[in-house]
Amino acid sequence: MSARILNKRQLAPEITLLDVEAPRIQRRWRAGQFIIIRPLEHSERIPLTIVDSCAERQSITMVIQAVGKTTREAVALEPGESLCDLVGPLGEPAEICTGERVLCMAGGVGVAELLPVARAYKEAGNTVVALCGARSDSYRILDEELRACCDELHWATDDGTFGFHGNVVQLLLSLAGPRSFAEGHVIGPIPMMKAAAEATREWGLKLHASLNPIMIDGTGMCGGCRVTVGGQVRFACVDGPCFDAHKVDFDEMTRRTRAYRDLEQIALQHDCRIGLGR
Amino acid sequence: MAAEPPRYKPNPKLPRQALPLLDPDKRRRAADEVALGFSAEQAQAEAMRCLQCRKPVCVEACPLHIDIKRFISRIALGDWQGAHDVISEQSPFPGVCGRVCQHELFCENACVVGKKWDPVAIGSLERFAADHARLRMKELADSYPKPTGKKVALVGSGPASLIAAYDLVRLNYRVTVFEALHQLGGVMAYGIPNFRLPREILHEEIARLQNMGVEFVPDFIVGRTATLEDLFEEGYEAVFIGTGAGLPYLMGIPGENLIGVYTANEFLTRVNLMEAYKFPESPTPVRVGRHTIVVGGGNSAMDAARWAVRLGSDVTILYRRGRAELKARLEEIDHAEEEGVRFEFLAAPVALHGDENGYVREMECIRMELGEPDDSGRRAPVPIPGSEFRIPAETVIAAIGQAPNPTLQKATPQLMTKRGKIVINEWGETSLPHVFAGGDVVRGGSTVILAMKDGRAAARAIHEALSRERQPQEEVKA
Repeated sequence: MSARILNKRQLAPEITLLDVEAPRIQRRWRAGQFIIIRPLEHSERIPLTIVDSCAERQSITMVIQAVGKTTREAVALEPGESLCDLVGPLGEPAEICTGERVLCMAGGVGVAELLPVARAYKEAGNTVVALCGARSDSYRILDEELRACCDELHWATDDGTFGFHGNVVQLLLSLAGPRSFAEGHVIGPIPMMKAAAEATREWGLKLHASLNPIMIDGTGMCGGCRVTVGGQVRFACVDGPCFDAHKVDFDEMTRRTRAYRDLEQIALQHDCRIGLGR
Repeated sequence: MAAEPPRYKPNPKLPRQALPLLDPDKRRRAADEVALGFSAEQAQAEAMRCLQCRKPVCVEACPLHIDIKRFISRIALGDWQGAHDVISEQSPFPGVCGRVCQHELFCENACVVGKKWDPVAIGSLERFAADHARLRMKELADSYPKPTGKKVALVGSGPASLIAAYDLVRLNYRVTVFEALHQLGGVMAYGIPNFRLPREILHEEIARLQNMGVEFVPDFIVGRTATLEDLFEEGYEAVFIGTGAGLPYLMGIPGENLIGVYTANEFLTRVNLMEAYKFPESPTPVRVGRHTIVVGGGNSAMDAARWAVRLGSDVTILYRRGRAELKARLEEIDHAEEEGVRFEFLAAPVALHGDENGYVREMECIRMELGEPDDSGRRAPVPIPGSEFRIPAETVIAAIGQAPNPTLQKATPQLMTKRGKIVINEWGETSLPHVFAGGDVVRGGSTVILAMKDGRAAARAIHEALSRERQPQEEVKA
């Protein structure tokens, strides 16, 4: 169904928050689940993590980093306009433990996607330590919202303009070690998730990673989103999107995510030529 | 009503009219429909071949029991609209079925003319009637009153649900069809290529249902967006599950996750539903290299191979059995060969090899020989040790079948299933009261026409279940 945009907020350069009307999804979604949108009639289908919801307005929140053709189409829409298609909630909810000290790690736009997981951990009676990474101070997002549901929130910026100078995995290593946490969740760029998994491999930590591979239908029909986890082929859309970070083959996932990079450039150039590319 | 005798003399000895086809060279460069359809002269000449049997066995053989004898007599008399009206009594989809139904297995197989000569080209005549009624689709639909009866939910908008919708709306039920994807039609939208079923034909025949008062809700996944229980709470009194067989099997060989390796579902969804053949005008890409290997011998394998030809690739179909065991329609196999698809029989993939960037480059195969018959009654292929060979492949498409999509079943654990397929009784009802199922979610991978047959049976069962309940209440009132 099409979904009306109720609110739009620029969180950081290239990162936009959208609240859209979706009463059924608002009632049913759980932390870790996602939706698929098609902003315009002829857009691609893209998956986005559900970040938040509002019962009063019967809306859900998504945060979009405008990096490709489809994400740019989405953030170009204004309140009052509608996403052409919105379907969900998809995927399995994140596994949430109770009464533990948990690690929540995210980088870039993943920080927004971490919010519902951190909140679910908190509501389940865990002590939540969040480590978030951003390129620079001006790229930090949802600080207030995260602070409200985390016992500790630490930031790392690549350029040192706020908090720890370095990346979020370096921040983790500076703050914690083996047995610091019983469980955790990581969400963000693949190299960051891979580094987090490597760094904590011997820590006795159960670390979940939210994966975001290329996807088309999101219902298990095409198999385009397949990932290798512990030597088994799994479909991220229906078996995931959260998997044991220590078992995910991130190298394969990196390659598969790049499968259409050259063709994406052709699509963008095509738009430039016919005057759509802005 | 007894059919009036034909006002013409049938002549079965006339040669069967050949369906005109697009030139193979042109096919390789475009997504245009391959079968061009009969001209009016051809249709009339072919209709004259029908014996107008007193006991029309073709009608019996048709899973939808279309009054073939009567619609053919209309065509013979030049009454195209009349022919379409006769088909409409049973089916609103002559444009779809005239193109994709396996007439050779049903009506044309039963045709009495076929006992001595070639059977009447019933499929092509059905299509002809449909194509000549396209302009009056809207007017046809508007003549129906809007339904006011009980609410029935149909899950999935493929062939099973669509025929059920047609039958139920004509019985005054308020019908809602829920579709997971953004487009309607199920496998007819994501699976069957445009060059076999042009999308405007599908859309027009679905629009006819819409105009009759059937409500369609895309982007709605029953089991996710709402549960079965939610639907009953919202006032639906019966639910039909026609969610199809959307879970692709994988080959399970090393290298399957290399870039350029697709399931047929993904490849066909990209090209058909997301229109990747128009890339970059359409934003969804598909990666088709110089050599494409399609693994499998069914209709999906033919569809994928024929698309790959159109996308500029050199295409080979690799099948572990022999030509005689191919499961695809003969017509599709012929068309694929005309278009330059090559077949490598009695060979199976063993592994895929890629380059340093993770792109598939070669398929390692092994020769097979046919051994003892297996469960399916066909001789099982057995690998010949030491017969491995390699072929170049920048694109690999696994068209080796699919299982029912498990989404709804997972969300409804009390629904009885067997190996992923929903179990139904002889009336099409599942283990849950007022929940019916049919098509591929019950059969596994099957065909459009058998799904329609199931949808029709389920509609009848739903009507019986819901009207049975009304009667006692009415008696109480009286």
